[in-house]
Amino acid sequence: MQQQLITDAILVSNYIKGDESALETLIVRHKQKIYSFIYSKVFDRDVAEDIFQDTFIKVIRTLKRGAYNEEGKFLPWVMRISHNLVIDFFRKNNRMPKFDNAGEFSIFSVLSDDSLNAEKAIIKEQVENDVRRLVEELPGDQKEVLLMRIYNDMSFKEISDRTGVSINTALGRMRYALINLRKIIDKHNIVLTN
Amino acid sequence: MEKIYSNNFIETSNNLNPKGETVRFLLNYSKALSVISYNELKFESLLN
Repeated sequence: MQQQLITDAILVSNYIKGDESALETLIVRHKQKIYSFIYSKVFDRDVAEDIFQDTFIKVIRTLKRGAYNEEGKFLPWVMRISHNLVIDFFRKNNRMPKFDNAGEFSIFSVLSDDSLNAEKAIIKEQVENDVRRLVEELPGDQKEVLLMRIYNDMSFKEISDRTGVSINTALGRMRYALINLRKIIDKHNIVLTN
Repeated sequence: MEKIYSNNFIETSNNLNPKGETVRFLLNYSKALSVISYNELKFESLLN
C-alpha cells in the first residue's frame, strides 16, 4: 500500500539518487500498461518482450545519465519511448520482412536441403558405378567418342580433330554409343535413377 | 460475430504482462550500469 502512495516523480528522483528498489516499483507499477500497449501494436509476444526491454534500457540509461527532466510525466515519457521503438521495429521490418512461419504456409515446403542424405549418396555412387561399367562394355571407337564428349566436354569438332575422323563419323559413333547403352540397360533392366 | 471477437481481443491484450525474466534482467542491468561523469563527458560502464 505504501508503494502506491509514493508518486512516480519521487520514485524517479529516489532512483536517480541510487535507490534501485525505486526502479522495481516503477516497473511493477507500469509494466502491464506499457507491455499491453506494445503488444497491441506488434501482436507478437516475443517482439513485445524485446521492445519492452529496450524501452526500459533506454529509460535506465537516460535516468542514470541525469538527462531526464522530471515534469511529472514519467509514464507518458516511457510510452513515447516505446512508441518510437515500435515505429523503429516496423521500419526495420519493412526493409527486411520477417517470416514467422506461423501461418498455414510453411516456408520449408518450398525450401529444401539439396544435399543428399546417406541413402541417396549410396544410390548415386551405385548408379555411377553401373554407368561406368556400361561404358566399359561399349566398342572402343564409340567409348572413345562418348568419353571425350561427356566427360571431357569436348565439341565434335575437337573430337574429330583428335581422333582423325570426320565430324559426321564422330556424331555417328556417339549416336551408336547411346543406342547401345540404352539396349544394354533395357536388356538387363538396370535402373539408373536416384 | 465480429464484435464478440474484437471485445475478447481487447480484453486479453489489456491483461498482458512481460515475463518475470525480462523484469529481472532490467533490474540487474540497472544495478550493473554506472555512469561516470568527467569534465562534462559521461562514460557508461557495465559491471557484472
